[in-house]
Amino acid sequence: MEFSVQLISALDSTLRLAAPLILCAMAGLFSERSGIVDIGLEGKMLAGAFAAAAMTAVTGSVWLGLLAAILVSIMMALLHGFACITHRGDQVVSGLAINILAAGLTVVLGIAWFRRGGQTPSLTSEERFGPLTWPLSEWLSDVPLLGPIYTELLSGHNLLVYVALMAVPMTAWIVFKTRFGLRLRAVGENPQAVDTAGISVAWLRYRAVIMAGLLCGLAGAYLSIALGAGFIKDMSAGKGYIALAALIFGKWRPFPALFACLLFGFLEAVATRMQGVQLPVVGEIDVQLMQALPYILTVILLAGFIGRAIAPKAIGTPYSKDRA
Amino acid sequence: MVTQPIQDPNRDPVSYSIQLAKINKHFGAVKANVDVDLNVVKGEIHAIVGENGAGKSTLMSILYGFYEADSGSIHVDGKVVSITDSKRAIELGIGMVHQHFMLVDNFTVLENIVLGAEGSWSLTHSLAKARKKLQEISDRYGLNVDLDAVVSHLPVGLQQRVEILKALYRDAKILILDEPTGVLTPQEVDQLFAILKTLKSQGVSVLLITHKLQEVIAISDQVSVMRAGTMVATVNTAETSREALAELMVGRKVLLRVDKQEANPGAALLKVDSLTWRDDTNVPRLDDVSFTVNAGEIVGVAGVSGNGQTELLGLLSGMLDVQQGQINIEGVCIDAQHQMTPKQIRHLGVGHVAEDRHRDGMVGAFSAEETAIMGFQDEPEFNGSILQNRSAITEHCQELMSTFDVRPVDPNLKSASFSGGNQQKLCIAREMNATPKVLLVGQPTRGVDIGAIEFIHQQIVALRDQGSAVLVVSVELEEILSLCDRVLVMSEGRIVGNVLASETDARSLGLMMSSSRSGDQMAQQGGQS
Repeated sequence: MEFSVQLISALDSTLRLAAPLILCAMAGLFSERSGIVDIGLEGKMLAGAFAAAAMTAVTGSVWLGLLAAILVSIMMALLHGFACITHRGDQVVSGLAINILAAGLTVVLGIAWFRRGGQTPSLTSEERFGPLTWPLSEWLSDVPLLGPIYTELLSGHNLLVYVALMAVPMTAWIVFKTRFGLRLRAVGENPQAVDTAGISVAWLRYRAVIMAGLLCGLAGAYLSIALGAGFIKDMSAGKGYIALAALIFGKWRPFPALFACLLFGFLEAVATRMQGVQLPVVGEIDVQLMQALPYILTVILLAGFIGRAIAPKAIGTPYSKDRA
Repeated sequence: MVTQPIQDPNRDPVSYSIQLAKINKHFGAVKANVDVDLNVVKGEIHAIVGENGAGKSTLMSILYGFYEADSGSIHVDGKVVSITDSKRAIELGIGMVHQHFMLVDNFTVLENIVLGAEGSWSLTHSLAKARKKLQEISDRYGLNVDLDAVVSHLPVGLQQRVEILKALYRDAKILILDEPTGVLTPQEVDQLFAILKTLKSQGVSVLLITHKLQEVIAISDQVSVMRAGTMVATVNTAETSREALAELMVGRKVLLRVDKQEANPGAALLKVDSLTWRDDTNVPRLDDVSFTVNAGEIVGVAGVSGNGQTELLGLLSGMLDVQQGQINIEGVCIDAQHQMTPKQIRHLGVGHVAEDRHRDGMVGAFSAEETAIMGFQDEPEFNGSILQNRSAITEHCQELMSTFDVRPVDPNLKSASFSGGNQQKLCIAREMNATPKVLLVGQPTRGVDIGAIEFIHQQIVALRDQGSAVLVVSVELEEILSLCDRVLVMSEGRIVGNVLASETDARSLGLMMSSSRSGDQMAQQGGQS
C-alpha cells in the first residue's frame, strides 16, 4: 500500500513535469516534419513564460496571459521562419539566436518593468490555472487503489496538463489524417515534389512554424502561470532541449514522442524523490546523476536500442527553386 | 539549316496544343533562351534535342511555371496564357515528369499521386476518391501500379510510371518528359514508349526532352533542335536522321560511331578474382566478381547504375578496402591482408577517371592547374625543396590543355567554371598523361557534349592501341557497344554476362542487365501496356 501511494504520487508529478515537454515535443514535431530544425523550442517557451506572467501580473487575467504567451511565442517562431524560410539562413544558428534572445530579453524586460531582479510579481491562486477537480472525486477517494488513481493521478491537474495530453492525438490526427498533414510530411521529405505539385513550400513551412509557436506558447504559460506562480530567470531550464531529445527519441512520431516525454518526466519525478534517500547497497544516489539521466538515456538508447532515428530527409536544408 | 518551324497554312491554329513565340530568358549574363519558337501539334510526340546547356530545360521550366520568361508569349490550345507558377501550369493541363523524380520516397504511390490535388481537407476521404479515379485512368491507359506500395521500394521504371499517373490524375493533356530514359533498361524504355504511344492515341501531346538521338528517331513525330539557347530547326522525324540531328545540335559534322581498329589483346594486366564486398548493412554490393582485362583491350562494364559498378571502381582504385577475393595488377596482388592505398595503386601504373568527377575527380574551387596535378601532387617534377614549383605546374596544365583540347586554355580558371565536357577532358588528360598500364574510366562521357564525346572516345582508343588495358564503366549502352571490345554485364553485384561487343546488341545486353533484378515485377505489372 505504501508503495502504491508512492508510485501514484510519482506518476502524478510525472504528468505535471512532462506536460511542458509534451507541448514542446509536439511543437518540434510540426516544425521538424516540415523540414525546419527547431532548437528554438527552449527560447520560445521561455519567452512565452515571461509574456504570460507579465501579462497576468498586469491585468490579473490568466486568459490574457495565455494569449500573450501564444502571441509572443508565435512572433519568435515567425522570426525563425523569416530567417530560415524566407532568407534561407542556417536553422541551427537561427534557433540558437532565438534561445539567446529569449534568455536575455526576458531578464532585461523583467528588470525594466518590474524591478525585481528579472522576476515577475508572484501571482495569487486566482491568477494561475488552478487544479480542475473531476466530478465524484471526493466520493471516490476512499475506494482503495482506484480511488487514489482517479483523484490523485487523473483529476486535480490544471487545464494546461489536459491540453498537453490532448495535443498528442490532435497532432497525430492533423499530421496523418488531413491534407495539411500530408503536405507537411511531404515538404519535410522532398520540398521539390511539393513545389512541382503546385503548392507553396514557404507558406506551408510558415504554417508549420506557427503551429510550433502556438504549442511552445502554451508550454511557456504552463511554466509561469500554472505550474509556477510567476516568471523566474531561465525557468525553462533546458526543457526545450529535453523535448527535442524526446522528439528524436520518438522518431518524429506523436505517440512515441509522448512516451519519451513521460519517461523523462518520470525520471525527473523520481530524481526529486531520491534526494537524500538512502538506498540499500548503492547508498545515496547523486542528484546530478539523476538529473542527467534523460540525456544519458537519450544518447544510449539512440545509439543502440531503438535503432536509427531517421529524420525527415529535407530537414535543415533551406529550399531554393534554383537547380544548379 | 534555316530556323523555320513547320507551318502548314491549311492547318487550323487550334490544333496546336502549345505555341511558344519569341521566348527570351536570361540568368545574369547568360542567355539561356533567345527568341525561341516552338509549336507542338495536338496529339503528337514532339522531341526537343540539344546539348547540355542548350536551353531545353530552361524552356520546359518556363512552360511548367518554374521560371517566368523575360519576354515572349505562350499559347495553350490557341489561347494566350501566362504561366506564373506550377499550379497554373497544372490547371492548364500541363504535366511534367522530371529527370529526377519528384516523389516523396516514404509515401505510398497513392499519397504521392494525391499530393497537391487532394480535393478535401480530410485525407481519408480524398484518398478513397483518388483510388477510384486512378482505377479508371490505369484501365484507360494500361498503366498499372500497386497504389499501396511505398515508392522507395519500387524500381525506377515504376517510379516513372507513378510520375506519369500523377500528371494524368491532374487531367494533363500535355505531358513533358525530361530525359526520361536515362535510368531505364532497354526493356523499360520499350514499356515507356508503349505508354507514350497509348497516351498519344488518347489525344495527349507529349514533349520529350532528350539527348539520345536513336530514341528520338524511334518514337517522335517531330523534332526541334536547340543550340546555345536558340531553336535552330524543327523537322519531321520521318525526314531526318541521327547524323543530321547531331550535326544540327553541334553545328558541325559529328562521327557517331567510334572509329577504331580490331583489338589486339595481349597479356592480362588486370585480374580480378572472386571479389566480394559488403556495405555497412552487410548487403553484398559485389558478389563473387571475377574477370580479366588484357593489354590492348577496352572492356566495358554495362549495367543499370547502382548494381555494383561504383563499388568495383572503388576497390580497383583503392578507395575501398578489399574484404574478400583479390585484385591482381600486373602480378602485384591486393587482398584483405595486403591492402593498398590509392597512391600505391597509382604507382603500379593505374589511372582512374572517377565516375562522379565532382566528388572524386576534382575540386571545383581549385584552379584548373591544381585539378590537373591531383593525385600527382607529390611527384618531384611539381615540387621544389619546400614549396611547390608553380611554374612547372602551370606549364604542365597548359600542355594537357592543348593536347586534350580543353577550353578555355586558362590554367588559373576555377575548375568549376569549365563546362562538363572540358572538366572531363581535363580529368582524363591528367590520368592518361602518365600513360597508365591500366586505365579505369567511370562514365567517360557523363554530362559531356556530343562534340567532346567523340574526342574522348578517340583518346581512349589511342591509349588502347599503345598497349594499355582499359576498363570502362558506363550506363550508356550505346557508348559501351561502340567504344568497347568486350562487355561485362553487371546485375545486383554479379557479373551476369561476358560477351564480345561485336557479337551483341543493346537488346540482349538489356535482357542480361535485368535478368535477376526487379525486372520481374515490371514484367508482371506492365504486361498489358
